[in-house]
Amino acid sequence: MSRSTFVYVTYIHTTQQKLWSALTEDTEFMKQYWFGFHCESAWTAGSPWKMVSGDGVVTDEGEILEADPPRRLVIRWRHQNKPELQVEGESRCTMELEPSGSAVKLSITHTMEREPSKLIAAVSGGWPMILSNLKSLIETGSTILDDPHLKGDRH
Amino acid sequence: MTERHDPDVLFKALADPSRRKLLDLLHAHDGRTLNDLCEHLDMTRQGVTQHLDLLEAANLVATVRRGREKLHFLNPVPLQEIYERWIAKFEKPRLKALGDLKRRLEKTNV
Repeated sequence: MSRSTFVYVTYIHTTQQKLWSALTEDTEFMKQYWFGFHCESAWTAGSPWKMVSGDGVVTDEGEILEADPPRRLVIRWRHQNKPELQVEGESRCTMELEPSGSAVKLSITHTMEREPSKLIAAVSGGWPMILSNLKSLIETGSTILDDPHLKGDRH
Repeated sequence: MTERHDPDVLFKALADPSRRKLLDLLHAHDGRTLNDLCEHLDMTRQGVTQHLDLLEAANLVATVRRGREKLHFLNPVPLQEIYERWIAKFEKPRLKALGDLKRRLEKTNV
């Protein structure tokens, strides 16, 4: 069986509980590091999940497959906005939060049961930016990266 | 774990041609086993393992166990942090210059 996978890892100086909140129910915080995007869900196994862009477009939809706060979250994830990505069907995104000294190890694994996958190629560029931004925001209180979609000066 | 936040560890990990080759191999095709990686390097298995350990300590490589196999993945998050630290700083004036150029040219067209 061929599949496309990436595993991205970052270590963030925070607690599991704060990081869980930043990745799930704290949508205002999420918008700050996710370039205006946020996710909506009840964050329990079986509940629907969707990702919404800053201008209100649902770009991705799915379901929470596993939720073990504040340790593990598995999302069934299907892109909805771009036809060439939507046609690939469902992917699976796993987020694992493990204590590591004074930090939390956050591992994101995103898998699609096909090779190659345009969706995995597309999201693999976005995740490092989102994770870096999340790390900066939690550790220093501000993000480093401006929204790549807003090319104007923010001042 | 403190070493994972130390930029020296990251740059030392990058400062070796064999380790960069390992990152190139993972960049071309992610999720490889140790056996697979050894085939592409003229080095003992033990040598490759040591290089991979250093890359993992620098958080440039992430590993996942799948059954009896250990799969290696390129983790670009620390590289993104380097990019943000220096490159992103120079992006803003460049984008501003382009924006200014566009505004000026469009004004003269009117």
